[in-house]
Amino acid sequence: MTHSTPDLSLRHHRREQGLMLALASPALLVILLLIVLPVGWLAWQSIYHDGFTLENYRRIFSEAIYWRSFSLTFQISLLVTLLALLLGYPIAYAASVVPKGWSVLILALVILPFWTSVLVRAYAWLALLQRTGVINQFLQYLGIIDEPLALVHNTFGTVVATVHILLPFMVLPLYATMQKIPHDLMQAGASLGGSPSHTFWRIFLPLSLPGVLAGTTLVFVLCLGFYITPELLGGGRTVMVSLLVSRNVELYDQWGAASAVGVVLLLGVLVIFLIVGRFIPLDRILGQK
Amino acid sequence: MKTFSLGRIVFVVFCALVLLYLILPVLIIVPMSFSSTRFLTFPPPALSLRWYEEYIGNAAWMQATRVTFAVATLTVLIATPLGVAAAYAISNSKMRLMRIVHMMLMLPLVVPIIITAVGIFFVYAKVGLVATMSGLVLANVMLGLPYVITSVVAGLQSFDPAQEMVARSLGMNRLRSFFAVTLPQIKASVLTGAIFAFISAMDETVVGLFISGGQYQPLTKRMFTALRDEIDPTIAAISTLMTAASFLLVLIASTRQKKSG
Repeated sequence: MTHSTPDLSLRHHRREQGLMLALASPALLVILLLIVLPVGWLAWQSIYHDGFTLENYRRIFSEAIYWRSFSLTFQISLLVTLLALLLGYPIAYAASVVPKGWSVLILALVILPFWTSVLVRAYAWLALLQRTGVINQFLQYLGIIDEPLALVHNTFGTVVATVHILLPFMVLPLYATMQKIPHDLMQAGASLGGSPSHTFWRIFLPLSLPGVLAGTTLVFVLCLGFYITPELLGGGRTVMVSLLVSRNVELYDQWGAASAVGVVLLLGVLVIFLIVGRFIPLDRILGQK
Repeated sequence: MKTFSLGRIVFVVFCALVLLYLILPVLIIVPMSFSSTRFLTFPPPALSLRWYEEYIGNAAWMQATRVTFAVATLTVLIATPLGVAAAYAISNSKMRLMRIVHMMLMLPLVVPIIITAVGIFFVYAKVGLVATMSGLVLANVMLGLPYVITSVVAGLQSFDPAQEMVARSLGMNRLRSFFAVTLPQIKASVLTGAIFAFISAMDETVVGLFISGGQYQPLTKRMFTALRDEIDPTIAAISTLMTAASFLLVLIASTRQKKSG
């Protein structure tokens, strides 16, 4: 009977594994039915219409309107990511070096907008930037401008609001990384004769790069698929890829084309995550969301 | 280190301006919602509750509010148990397969929302779930699951599973030992996950735009449609209330988390 013990523990192990899979299965079923199936169906639809066809892909790679939209989306995402990094890095740096009370305040100011509905923020920007909006009135009151500036219903308004909405996604991973950089290192650098800027560029900045990578990836990827701000603040001129998808569905009833555009967008996002995932664990990026 | 060099001043001013940029749009909606005029002028001519009255007196807005609260509540009631069960399984299993399951459960955060929305719309159109309450709740459960799972997996990381083993060796069955020993200790992370799932359902816009309709339109869909047409200050009142609700919930979540250490 001695050899029955490993057998028993193996059986116990199997049962344990079966139980765990059973526990995860309801959640998994929801995911399978509501995201895997729909996205899979979309992909299928992009290549199958009364038989296999690559017509949809041929179209989106040859017609100017699709090309323009893809390149505009790429440019806007690049610009938004760059701006978010330029604005977010100093904020995260400040939050990581100032005394605790101040860093709590800075983080609160970053997190409050983060938990405000995207729609509410889009509305606030509309109110701020429109022709009779706060900023135009203020500038006219100061006499800086005579005519109201066209600040919204264009790419400018879209970028301003999108950076605002995505900035916390940049600051939070940056701060998480910077917070872990030991201050002793900077002091050691300084004690060895390094000037503050020298220790920053040679010690702090390189150590904060994982956070930069996580933040920029997250902001860039989120921006690629952004829908609400270009739709509400773009004024019909800023046709980003997400708008192309929705218009093909809502206005033109072009399911095949919409699906193909969606598939290209999704593949782009997955490729970015795969490449970045080789350098830093993905849950570190997604953990911020 | 108290040198007020020019560089330091520039840095501080820059940070202050960026923080102002972050917070100003969130704050500006409050005075707008209390303004007595349709157009925002400074200083506001007079304070009034006009836009709040407009909101409360409007049957369509009220119906949308009821839908949003019903959807968010049902979403939490479904997503929380499903998410806790999945998180428990993820934490207790070292199988390769479970890692894949974990990755799949995070998909709603990876797939751009517009693709999810169009995909769900298409599937719902086939099975007749467009413009239904159950369709809306199901979609929000799916979108809320990653928040519950992430939060509870993190909570379980600091929990020693040996405690549950002890309870079981003393004769409790697995389910009872979970509710008696494990759950009380991960309560805060469960609550945090549930609150985030609620906020996610309350704020969800894009999927709702595609799949909701008729009498089952959430607040965000009505707001979006209203914003496309004109800027109605009623939305400022609704926004203020929504933002206050979000902040209150986040505050509850963060104080609870601190308490449990």
